[in-house]
Amino acid sequence: MSAGSISEGAPGSEVWRGVKAGLPVVVASAPFGLLFGALAVDNGFTPFEAFLMSASIYGGASQMVGLELFGAKIAPWLIVLSIFAVNFRHVLYSGAVGRRIRHWPPLQQAVGFFFLVDPQYAESEVKGARGEKISFAWYMSMALPIYVCWIAEAWIGGTFGNLIPDPHALGIDFLLPIYFLGLVMDFRDRPFWLPVVATSAIASVIAYKTVGSPWHVTIGAAAGILLAAAMPLDGKRDNPS
Amino acid sequence: MNTILWVILWGAVFTYAARVGGHLVLSRFDKIHPRVEAGLNAVPAAVLTTLVAPAATQAGPVEMIALVVAGLASLRFGMMTMFLIGAAVLIGLRQVVG
Repeated sequence: MSAGSISEGAPGSEVWRGVKAGLPVVVASAPFGLLFGALAVDNGFTPFEAFLMSASIYGGASQMVGLELFGAKIAPWLIVLSIFAVNFRHVLYSGAVGRRIRHWPPLQQAVGFFFLVDPQYAESEVKGARGEKISFAWYMSMALPIYVCWIAEAWIGGTFGNLIPDPHALGIDFLLPIYFLGLVMDFRDRPFWLPVVATSAIASVIAYKTVGSPWHVTIGAAAGILLAAAMPLDGKRDNPS
Repeated sequence: MNTILWVILWGAVFTYAARVGGHLVLSRFDKIHPRVEAGLNAVPAAVLTTLVAPAATQAGPVEMIALVVAGLASLRFGMMTMFLIGAAVLIGLRQVVG
């Protein structure tokens, strides 16, 4: 396979590549989509409201945090703020992926950013770092199956929520960290990967135990990013990926 | 409008603002400062680590083993294989240990 055939990319093969990139995400997120629906109804949502939250916010971790706070009877604006805090990392994704989709028309960009969830970002970065162009066809072919399944799962989980016999035995509570670890490892070729990961790990654990969730995400990420920005610029410059 | 709908809609507005905002701010600059770029390159590993590390410190031995095995598997295999191996270890051990 020549580099030319990759970057030109016939529309059909771009679609197939996109679907393939999204498939593991569809499988890995299914338990969480269903679990979200079930927990939402547990917290007083209707199945339609669970569906609406998945369809409009489309960010698993922030949806879970939102539910948790609903259960805690916190002021509504604080719940909105917490959802924003969890999703604030998307500002950074947006800046990074935005560099790679400048060739899209504005409307396509506006649509694309809506679907910019963690794995969508990660796969786009991996593809971009390989020197391949991010096409709208590839991007949406990855995004739409994930999105459609995600919102369907919220509704199904909300409607049939109590059918999961033993979530603990199925490991549902710990599948997400395993999945995220896989994504972390995917980036191990980046400059200063180990110091960044170590710094973010320590900072997020400390923040988790002191400030509390969901701020450990913002604080931990900021620590790693600042470290990378403060590192000496020379030496690694000719290897931008 | 009931509170749930209110929170969902504003949560959605702010989330979309985050997803589009980073680009709107950065695209105003023709050249990205190398330090900003170095920071952006570190974003994925930094953010994703914060979703793993606190969970790992709360984990019991079963979860720890699953995480370590999955981490080792990721050195050799792709994402999907790594995830399935980790999930299999986790679920298998939980059947035994409980």
